[in-house]
Amino acid sequence: MSKVKVTIDGREVEVPAGSTIYEAAQQVGVEIPTFCYDPELTRVGACRICVVEVEKARALVASCAAPVGDGMVVHTESERVVKARKNILRLILGNHPLECMTCQKTGDCKLQDYCYYYGVNEAGFEGEVKELELDDTNPFIRRDMNKCLLCGKCVRKCEEINGATAIDFMNRGFISNVGPAFDDPLEESPCVFCGLCVDVCPVGALLPRESIGKGRPWQVEKKEVVCPYCGVGCSINLHIKDGEVIDASAVEDSPVNRGHLCTKGRFGWDFLQSEERLTSPLVKQNGVFVETGWEEALQEVAKRLTEVRQKYGNDALAGLSSAKVTNEENYLFQKFIRELGTNNVDHCARLCHSPTLAGMEKAFGIAGMTNTIEEITGAGVILVIGSNTTETHPVVSYRVKEAVNNGAGLIVVDPRETRLAVEADSFLQVRPGTDVALLNGLAHLIIKEDLVDQKFIEEKTEGFEELKKTLDGYTPEYVEKITGVPAGELREAARLFGAAEKGSILYTMGITSHTSGTNNVLSVCNLAMLTGNIGEESTGVNSLCGQNNVQGACDMGALPDKLAGEHSIEEKDTGLTAVEMMKAAAEGEVKAMYIMGENPLLSEPHLEHVQEAMEKLDFLVVQDIFLSETAQKADVVLPAAAFAEKDGTYTNTERRVQLSRAAVAAPGEARADWEILCGLANKLGMNWDFSSPEEIMKEIASRNPNYAGINYQRLEESKGLQWPCPDLGHAGTPVLHREGFARGRGKFHPVEYAPPSEETDSYYPLWLTTGRHIFHYHTSTMTGRSRGLGSHVPEEMVQVNPEDASRLDISGGDTVEVASRRGKLNARADLTDMVPPGTVFMTFHSSELAVNFLTSDEMDAEAKVPELKVCAVNVRKAEQSH
Amino acid sequence: MKTFCHCNNHYGLENSSIILFMQNIQRNCGYLPEDELKRLADNTGTPLMDIYSIATFYKSFKLEPQGEHTITVCTGTACHLRGSGEVFEEMAAVLGVGSGGGTSEDGKYTLEKVNCLGACALAPLIVIDGHYHGNVTPGKAREMIEEHYK
Repeated sequence: MSKVKVTIDGREVEVPAGSTIYEAAQQVGVEIPTFCYDPELTRVGACRICVVEVEKARALVASCAAPVGDGMVVHTESERVVKARKNILRLILGNHPLECMTCQKTGDCKLQDYCYYYGVNEAGFEGEVKELELDDTNPFIRRDMNKCLLCGKCVRKCEEINGATAIDFMNRGFISNVGPAFDDPLEESPCVFCGLCVDVCPVGALLPRESIGKGRPWQVEKKEVVCPYCGVGCSINLHIKDGEVIDASAVEDSPVNRGHLCTKGRFGWDFLQSEERLTSPLVKQNGVFVETGWEEALQEVAKRLTEVRQKYGNDALAGLSSAKVTNEENYLFQKFIRELGTNNVDHCARLCHSPTLAGMEKAFGIAGMTNTIEEITGAGVILVIGSNTTETHPVVSYRVKEAVNNGAGLIVVDPRETRLAVEADSFLQVRPGTDVALLNGLAHLIIKEDLVDQKFIEEKTEGFEELKKTLDGYTPEYVEKITGVPAGELREAARLFGAAEKGSILYTMGITSHTSGTNNVLSVCNLAMLTGNIGEESTGVNSLCGQNNVQGACDMGALPDKLAGEHSIEEKDTGLTAVEMMKAAAEGEVKAMYIMGENPLLSEPHLEHVQEAMEKLDFLVVQDIFLSETAQKADVVLPAAAFAEKDGTYTNTERRVQLSRAAVAAPGEARADWEILCGLANKLGMNWDFSSPEEIMKEIASRNPNYAGINYQRLEESKGLQWPCPDLGHAGTPVLHREGFARGRGKFHPVEYAPPSEETDSYYPLWLTTGRHIFHYHTSTMTGRSRGLGSHVPEEMVQVNPEDASRLDISGGDTVEVASRRGKLNARADLTDMVPPGTVFMTFHSSELAVNFLTSDEMDAEAKVPELKVCAVNVRKAEQSH
Repeated sequence: MKTFCHCNNHYGLENSSIILFMQNIQRNCGYLPEDELKRLADNTGTPLMDIYSIATFYKSFKLEPQGEHTITVCTGTACHLRGSGEVFEEMAAVLGVGSGGGTSEDGKYTLEKVNCLGACALAPLIVIDGHYHGNVTPGKAREMIEEHYK
């Protein structure tokens, strides 16, 4: 790239041609004030505060937008510039309420800073001022548009980064304003409350509601932690005053989220301070929980577990570890259970990630998202299948959006018309549970139209001929019959995906939570290998993990068939999987359970059955931060520290191991899970002497070769390390299978379509599929106790297509009965085109309307994942009495 | 009432045709009803916010129902000097609308100002339903409305 020479305030600098004056000034360390500039947004040059004087130019120019020219001589603080800036500030002050004494923004306000710097303290203009109403209706953001200076950064963040496009400029001239359509409150707009707008507002127009009045910027200490919600693993700065979190913001230099968050990360931290937090161990006596000391509680657990072992044997014990706690704690949990002499240990990855483990291991040799999140932005085409990315992994959806803005094609496969589907070049609305047929259909067409990567197939894979034979029958017309996707649309999608240089596939539970889960994953792997989209940047099979530490919990061996580091256990010694544990408990084979940070009484399928199973247990100990639905059934409840209250590492969906340090103290007597486990282990004579998570990580590194090069010092110095990281000199592995596959050659597995475990019939004529929405997380144990998230979308409703609704005589808001072969519940109907005719949708967040009473516990033969994503239901208008 | 769907065939569902769609809606409905704009957003995949932003940017787009007849008073320099202010005030009084204009209670007339129509030789100028009337006085303006009402 050619360079040009410019002189800024007497300093010469060479910068790439096309740089702006502002960028050049930054290079020589000259600060220029800005309101409307943000490096990742379109330059608009709207606020004019960044004007500079360029020699020989007639007028002052906006440095954030004006490109440099060779030989340009720039003065950033000349008399003329200062005069102009002062005038701009006066004009702003003329129409800006001077409430700095109480304004939350004081100390962090650009207007205040610049007025201070240039000595401007009054407008000197008199005239009309804005008198707009305060928008204080939503629980997240307080909007006082009288303070707005119309820089428009919020508008661009909303449109260019998030994609919600909830706000924009309205009107003209003096009455110009920024807000949602029809000047409605934010609450009624498409706003998803990611808070990106709040964080870029240079003044106090947009404020985080929870933080108002709680502390000044200079009283706050910022501590970096890893977000406790989804598998993206964003870094968050918690703003702490007097030991209490009062706000949060995104960490700008995190390679994962680079300054972006979603509503949960931004506003969902306040469950930490919930009054419902468990603060003392509880032991149930005569059906009532009684607070006890730790000694007594641990003694009780040790005694009862020992009794069960002595009476029924070691395999009468089972433990559920947690994808919510740290690697160290997962490692200890499985170690604890295994030292008790059983492999009955599993965690909620059984419900989501297990088919990925099974499928990718068979196809590639190791299992994990093959590429990094950031690489998505460089893809030529993105295939999103079975993932409502916008709501489940919002920050990943920002990257998809960025890729699309960069010109990438977008294919979305989903039964529901999700927001990404609306934006897609190609939206294939499949019938739930028919993904294998669809993926085979795409592969069939890619072979037929000669869009395969022949060289890749020959050099790096095996089993192509067998695959080809199986795919033969999957003509677009045949696939249309199974999936409901018109043959023509399938052809277009296949061409779009096959023709692109770099194709990235993203999937989530829509692929995995099926009886065909493992086969679904294998078909995805086939498609990626067929097109040579493995082992290169911006390609890959990118499974997006649900929880923040699904990948880590699996790596630590919190699985019945694997020890840490994918050391498989002999098949005869394999323990029970999560769903099998419940079945075994119901049959009286499992007598005692230890559940850490999971809530199976809401998350497992076929809940009625799970309830029965739990009732039958002789002993149940639950370790959690809240008295969850499951904890209420426990004999002993152990209060745990939450994410921000302990040290430890989490492995995000892209295999990045990140260190999160304690930022605040745990409430009351609550202890970190690893401390509790150590205490309990020692009560049972295991002689553990771990004194910190760092020590536990040393043992992990010695057991799991992928973690061998990882220690706290390295994590502290880096922004996380992506496994495999086999030795201390290794920088981590952003892209898997670059030098060939872990198993040698990538293996194509021909898989045939098999229908879901249950079919619709005249009694149960509709498909029910389940999922999440953006404001809640899983069983809402945490989000439900966040003031903002918990109150924003309070009611769980069932989504019904208007066509079905009119056939069933259902109006929007009517209470309907949704019944499956296992249970029924009453919910209000939300009529929407988002679901196709014949399919209804519910989330699994609600405890009052627990959809898992309806779902099926039929399992994938290999991964033992239950079919949470599809079951047959009947929907009818509920009796009046309900 | 002809609605948005009616004009689909003319322009195709292109984002870039959004202003044409909006003009068409306004032509058919007399203003831009909220429901129609929402439908337009759904059908073109354009964020509602963008449409609203356009609707409020251009003065000729109306978000409120308009009267059956539109009276526009030119307030350009020539008209102003020749008394368009008084003409406007008189008409506002007759129609019982505020000093900024608006729609009469019976929904028959909408009175509005326009910056300059460029026909300064006719100043002061008013336009009723697209018909130009030059050299208007407050008295004439009153007569014209009263005539119209008969």
